Amino acid sequence: MFEVVSNEILAENLHKMVLVAPRIARARKAGQFVIVRLDQGEERIPLTIGDADQAAGTITLFIQAIGASTRKIVATPAGSFIRDVAGPLGKETHITNWGRVVCVGGGVGTAVLFPLVKALAEAGNEITTIIGGRSEKYVILADELGALSKNLIITTEDGSQGYKGFVTGPLSEILADPERVPQAVFAVGPVPMMKAVANITREPGIETIVSLNPIMIDGTGMCGGCRVQVGNQTKFACVDGPEFDAHLVDFDGLSDRLTSYRKEEAARHAAEGCKLAKEVAK
Amino acid sequence: MSNDLSPKERMAIDRVHMPELPADERNKNFEEVNLGLSGDQALSEAKRCLQCKTRNCVAGCPVGVSIPEFIDALACEDMPRAAQILRGDNALPAVCGRVCPQETQCEALCIRGKKGDAVAIGYLERYVADWAMQHPDRLLTEPTPEPTGKSVAVVGCGPAGLTAAGELARQGHKVTIFEALHDTGGVLRYGIPEFRLPKEIIDSEVAVLAQLGVTIECNVIIGKTLTVAELRSEFDAVFIANGAGLPTMLNIPGENLKGVYAANEFLTRVNLMEAGRREDSATPILQRDEVAVIGGGNTAMDCVRTAKRLGAKRAMIIYRRGEAEMPARVEEIKHAKEEGVEFIMLTAPLAIVATEDGWVKALRCQRMELGPADDSGRRRPQAIPDSEYDIPAGIVINAVGTNANPLLTATAPDLSLNKWGNVVTDDNGQTSIPGVFAGGDIVRGGATVILAMGDGKRAAASIDAYLKR
Repeated sequence: MFEVVSNEILAENLHKMVLVAPRIARARKAGQFVIVRLDQGEERIPLTIGDADQAAGTITLFIQAIGASTRKIVATPAGSFIRDVAGPLGKETHITNWGRVVCVGGGVGTAVLFPLVKALAEAGNEITTIIGGRSEKYVILADELGALSKNLIITTEDGSQGYKGFVTGPLSEILADPERVPQAVFAVGPVPMMKAVANITREPGIETIVSLNPIMIDGTGMCGGCRVQVGNQTKFACVDGPEFDAHLVDFDGLSDRLTSYRKEEAARHAAEGCKLAKEVAK
Repeated sequence: MSNDLSPKERMAIDRVHMPELPADERNKNFEEVNLGLSGDQALSEAKRCLQCKTRNCVAGCPVGVSIPEFIDALACEDMPRAAQILRGDNALPAVCGRVCPQETQCEALCIRGKKGDAVAIGYLERYVADWAMQHPDRLLTEPTPEPTGKSVAVVGCGPAGLTAAGELARQGHKVTIFEALHDTGGVLRYGIPEFRLPKEIIDSEVAVLAQLGVTIECNVIIGKTLTVAELRSEFDAVFIANGAGLPTMLNIPGENLKGVYAANEFLTRVNLMEAGRREDSATPILQRDEVAVIGGGNTAMDCVRTAKRLGAKRAMIIYRRGEAEMPARVEEIKHAKEEGVEFIMLTAPLAIVATEDGWVKALRCQRMELGPADDSGRRRPQAIPDSEYDIPAGIVINAVGTNANPLLTATAPDLSLNKWGNVVTDDNGQTSIPGVFAGGDIVRGGATVILAMGDGKRAAASIDAYLKR
């Protein structure tokens, strides 16, 4: 059992949860994740470790409540317990001093980006961070990322904050400027965003790394559900990743596999909704 | 009580038939297929054992169960003694009585089988183990071992790990099992379906270990949460039994389509996460009318019979050799056929064909014929030219095998591996790191529950000797 120390709402459906998990706090490195199962009968959900405090023996998770299982997880208040937390899983981010680095986060991917930015900053990189969100209220961790970055750029699709448009707008401008062009780009977010980033860094040949979040069960390489096509090889995101060379990832295949259970999930969503409605009616 | 029939009288008794659920009933649910022998059946079967002096059956058992002795106790209707003998030799008798391939091990060497049918050793083992579970108050109390003050870490809670833990605890060592998943049993729970091995059986066998003082910590991934080096410094010895790893890919086009599963994913969803079995299961599973399972081993049988139970109209085994070459247990093949599984033999997959929107539509195959024997002694399948055809399927399951899991070994640079990534051990089960032993699938590649248990038992003896040196 893993105690929830705190659970705060960062944005709509986005929670920051701190859990007591001393062994994971000690072992984890930037880029790694845990598998969380709230209780008996619940799903196993992979979540990136956002941060850790070795002295306190805690880890921080940023959780976007998008499905029935993640909604239940974020509904766990401080002082309660989560039954299973296993990790740290996946390979750690290869951190080095590239010089100039651009880090791009979209939606909850911004939270996944946070530990990378922190580790890259500690390694002495000059970081420009670009955060994208649908609107102002979906822009998260701006202060935290701003403190670690030389430049912070915010984009919103509706223009309610920062640049109006997508993260690729300011990224293209940076790539076109010889003074600012980076040695590496890190991008974490929705698959179409990562694909778009990969497409614009491919031609100038800038090393680009993305963190993938495919369907996963055990997280230890056993089930093979998280396989992605990288170049001409089949890779398992849980043991070979979750970070890969963006220029080799088959984003279309990944995107398609992510829809495998859309019908089943919609049915469960509806069922959970009904249950909730009945409880409210009582 | 006595068991003093003449050999002639023993020879006159016919082998018992295991009562089963009717095939057209059981292929719609996950109830256990084999119902177990009645008391009378068990007694009659026990009396078939000739109690021969050569004890060939024991040599055929990877954990060396004292087979004639426990059968004699059963024939004498001394159940507590039968249970004591069996449990003394085998940490998981109720599991072995259900999933061991007895027909190629103990029963294959049974003297009674030279004229007629072998003694149904597996059925009797199950009978005695189940009796023991149901009669805890009548079991002979095991003497509490004197604590040795030594501690052993066991990596993995599957058959090898559980067996080693039981043996070591009985020697008085303090054992902690580290399990990567959220529940115990390893492949026994995530891999083997409940219609072959009900979960209560695993729970009950694990409870016996807990009574012996074994601690089990779930959600600890050795190689990630803790390293082998950390375990080695905290414990007096380590036994690595973390099991099989990554699925072997087919390397044919279409393998990443929606609706293609590796066997472990399919089985884990259904067995461990209860997908498709409870209406409100949180973990989803795809269900289609036509399911093609590629492979001929026990895992393939488990997948295809599970698919049938989830409602597939056509559940098919696609295998490139013939039925005689299938590595699956005879009983699994028989049960699968009775349940309506189709066996499409001498057929090799070439590609998985997609619908316009990226779902599996069919398995493209070619017909094969058997040529001369290969290194494994089995006749090598060779393609028949121009024999390609499509088998319509909405789900394709790859059950051809697994490769070594790199998780633990990646952070244990001192551990010697073979070219396939499996851990190398000496005859005592010891690895290249003194005090660190290994067994089961991480050493063997894909093998059986009982071979893993044999490794666990042998390694436990070596660890005991190592700790007392």
